[in-house]
Amino acid sequence: MTNLSIMIVGVGGQGSLLASKMIGTVAMKKNFDVKVSEVHGMSQRGGSVVTYVKLGKKIASPLVEQNGADIIMSFEKLEALRWMDYLKKDGKLIINDQRIDPMPVITGKEKYPEGIIETLRGEYGDNVISIDALQIAKDLGNIRVVNMILIGILASKTSIEKEVWLEALREVLPAKLHDINEKAFEIGYSFAVI
Amino acid sequence: MKQLMLGNEAVARGAYEAGVTVATAYPGTPSTEITENIAKYDEIYAEWSPNEKVALEVAIGASIAGARAICSMKHVGLNVAADPLFTVSYTGVNGGLVIMVADDPGMHSSQNEQDSRNYAKASKVPMLEPADSQECKDYVKEAFRISEAFDTPVIVRLTTRIAHSRSLVEINEKENYILKDYKKDFNKYVMMPGMARKRHVEVEKRMANLTEYANKTDLNQIQWGSKDVGVITSGIAYQYSREVFGENASYLKIGMVYPLPVDLIKEFAGEVKTVYVIEELEPFIEDEIKKEGVKVIGKELLPVLGELSAKIIKDRILGVGEETISSKEIHLQTPARPPVLCPGCPHRGVFYVLRKLKLTVTGDIGCYTLGALPPLESMDTCICMGASIGMAHGFEKARGREFREKTVAVIGDSTFIHSGITGLIDIVYNKGNSTVIILDNSITGMTGHQHNPCTGFTIKNEPTRQVDLEKLAYAIGIERVRIVDAYNLKELEKTVKEETATEEPSLIIAQRPCALLKNVRFEGPLKINREKCKLCKMCMKIACPAIVDNGSYVEVNEALCVGCDLCTKVCNFNAFERVGGNSD
Repeated sequence: MTNLSIMIVGVGGQGSLLASKMIGTVAMKKNFDVKVSEVHGMSQRGGSVVTYVKLGKKIASPLVEQNGADIIMSFEKLEALRWMDYLKKDGKLIINDQRIDPMPVITGKEKYPEGIIETLRGEYGDNVISIDALQIAKDLGNIRVVNMILIGILASKTSIEKEVWLEALREVLPAKLHDINEKAFEIGYSFAVI
Repeated sequence: MKQLMLGNEAVARGAYEAGVTVATAYPGTPSTEITENIAKYDEIYAEWSPNEKVALEVAIGASIAGARAICSMKHVGLNVAADPLFTVSYTGVNGGLVIMVADDPGMHSSQNEQDSRNYAKASKVPMLEPADSQECKDYVKEAFRISEAFDTPVIVRLTTRIAHSRSLVEINEKENYILKDYKKDFNKYVMMPGMARKRHVEVEKRMANLTEYANKTDLNQIQWGSKDVGVITSGIAYQYSREVFGENASYLKIGMVYPLPVDLIKEFAGEVKTVYVIEELEPFIEDEIKKEGVKVIGKELLPVLGELSAKIIKDRILGVGEETISSKEIHLQTPARPPVLCPGCPHRGVFYVLRKLKLTVTGDIGCYTLGALPPLESMDTCICMGASIGMAHGFEKARGREFREKTVAVIGDSTFIHSGITGLIDIVYNKGNSTVIILDNSITGMTGHQHNPCTGFTIKNEPTRQVDLEKLAYAIGIERVRIVDAYNLKELEKTVKEETATEEPSLIIAQRPCALLKNVRFEGPLKINREKCKLCKMCMKIACPAIVDNGSYVEVNEALCVGCDLCTKVCNFNAFERVGGNSD
């Protein structure tokens, strides 16, 4: 496998740790080198946050640069727009169709852009995958599985076997959460194979 | 066995494997997780100290008593601990002593981007700098060996991208370190002028020996590739350089950044055509090399501001800027997303009141520094830990009573213990009349919930004695101490008005636990009844990220709202209702 560069972006507090943990576990199962770069501290308080995950034969820098991401997974629409220039031209952009207004929008100083998904489709076409994961999670009865739905989509866009992802899921999460998360993962995994 | 570990976690593992038995720290991003992880080892005594100076003093005590000790802090913490650092350099150690310092280039969560390598040079203490998690672990163990072999404290420097990156680490067994004997040694450990003069001679000898060692140790290695380009680099800058040049360059990777391996550098420079020094922040390595007359290129091309990246190196050295779509219009319109006080944050109400009263607010370091940002904008200053209190006093002494009556200092509970107490004593002693507000949220918030002397629990979650802020204030001579609920806006406003009008020093303790604490429960999200809402937008003034103005109406983002009900206290029309029930 050539090196795989993934970015997980969102709003501080949305929780990207589970995704990076799972990808890390998957990488180790496949005997890949792996580096994950996280954000702690002030940005975690509702700011724009980004986690970089790189796996492959040998990884030097833990960061992904502009035009460098194979996959960007965004927990929020505006954040997908913010980080779009980090995506490779043929990269995949997975977007949770959720809107969280940043303070400059709340105070009326700036406007939340309209039609973000359409804009991004204009740049990246069918490589933009948008999903209302919050609604699906609510229907499943646990809004905390939003992450796992998105991870499911992400997994389907890599060449790594599905079973390895599921093994990682079971290793990372406590047993009582396996069922609902496996369901969420499957929904995500099959979502993108349309 | 290999594990995927955060740099900070690997440091903790290194300390464990090295047989450390005493670990101290004051939390600070990006260093906090070092000691959080050390605390998980039952074999190691760990503590959150009140501040970095005390933390280092405890570690020095443990070292002189014969144990291996580690003390961790962020870059600005080393300013606080600089006093003991400069003199423990003279005394040297008994058991190994390692000081972890984590710099924050780019200031992800800091008030400046000082380069701690200058402390190594200024205090004449050797410094190592790892480039990934494996090296974090290995270098900490090596630092203990150097500490004992050369009778010196050793600083290990991390930067944010090393401290907060995960990479693979090989786990080893714990070393069986036996506590060294303690012997009273007046000449070594009592730094009065007569003894210190002799110790300074030892320090100079030690530095000479360490420079010799630097040329031989594996910490500094040459990795040959193409000899057209030679790169002298260390830490995360090494990884970025590798990313850019790959095998098209040779590398002198420096693991011991002070003292530098001068002979090795000369040898390397002599073998390659062009030498670049690639380092983040200050030209620390570059200046030392240029002083030796070796021709290198560094900060002529690379920035001293912010973080380095592979992209910057590519752009500035190779001159191959890549086209990105960031210049397109849509991208330029993307609104910024600065951090905000969380929904339910008990600080919000306090800043709402301070803004309403149009007060000058000297601020401090913590989550509540976010009260300086729009739309609350109710903080005038933020310098360093504890500064709010001394600065309020300074304002009064410069501008007199009238100005003082419109001024308050605002500080968190942990920051107050760290270095606010001395400022408050100053106000009392020097006849100040300032009003100080302690935002007591029962935890150290910004760094991710660490206990402190006010919370009643230790780092290992054991119950302990608790500082009583009220009694403390009385004991130092404050006679007016007021305790209010941070959610009670009316009471807060009344109290602040009364205390700022009083001609004596006073302390207001605004209490409410951090909304993110597990034991804090709310009744669930609110919504706005649009029939009752008169669009007066009073609720927008509390700057809650969950209340959104959609132009024609105001609504609550139910996914964010926790139900703290602060908005109900500013709404005159009872428009807020509990989702799935009444707000009453």
